[in-house]
Amino acid sequence: MPVNPELVGRDFAPTTPYLVGREKVREFARAVFADDPQHIDPAAARALGYADVVAPPTFAIVVTDATLQQLLAEPDSGIVLQNVLHAEQKFRYSRPIVAGDELTAKLAVTGIRAMGAAAMVTSESEITDAAGDHVVTATSILLVGEGDQ
Amino acid sequence: MSAASTGPTGALAVGDVVAERTVHLTRESLVRYAAASGDFNPIHYRDDVAAAVGLPGVLAHGMLTMGLAIATIESWVGDTGRILDYGVRFTKPVVVDPVSGADVSIVAKVGAVDEESARIDLTVSFEGTTVLVKAQVRVRTV
Repeated sequence: MPVNPELVGRDFAPTTPYLVGREKVREFARAVFADDPQHIDPAAARALGYADVVAPPTFAIVVTDATLQQLLAEPDSGIVLQNVLHAEQKFRYSRPIVAGDELTAKLAVTGIRAMGAAAMVTSESEITDAAGDHVVTATSILLVGEGDQ
Repeated sequence: MSAASTGPTGALAVGDVVAERTVHLTRESLVRYAAASGDFNPIHYRDDVAAAVGLPGVLAHGMLTMGLAIATIESWVGDTGRILDYGVRFTKPVVVDPVSGADVSIVAKVGAVDEESARIDLTVSFEGTTVLVKAQVRVRTV
């Protein structure tokens, strides 16, 4: 198994806060063919009770990119990006992400399971807002193959 | 009136289709998603790199497929704050031809109902093959 099993339970620093911009939300919504007005029109979002445009549900993955970079940056991880396949993804929401949010992600590697020469790595990124309240937890399962380049 | 037009707080029966659509992806769609998401893995825009790592062609980002799949049900859901969780398994790639692109079809059906929520099962297919497995959204219905 190429992946270092000691990554499980390792303490990772919270990521630098990510400020969600209105135009970024619009850009992402267009990219995922999400044309509902709540993503584009602040008035439509306000009518639903939100302060500004609402990000599509999978926008959380953009905020978790910094945690993937943390994992790849661990010198002893055994994980090389080109050997990584995204096997599963799940999001559990307390509320949607809204433009104006300042979000921090905290990474935890919760499981590593050998699969022949490869490994299934489960990681959780808990995303909280500036008040420290939970927004969404993103759980990724990566299939990591062998190779050192 | 069918459940599809009543939204998540209406009467829901297992098997009801709440939404469906087909999305046509082109290479431009992949470049657009790369920029919007920050995922610049070249297997999503360079034929030579895709071929070098043994892929059948340039692939759509899995997260693009996951994102466009759930967007199918948003007009039925209304407030996306009703979405409690959403998960998928990525099983088959969506190969995007440089000329003809790729058509991804989504059918969203009620999979289960309890007192507070409904599970919407998304069937996401490309060229007749399911590309996401266990693509399930739990939506608050109260």
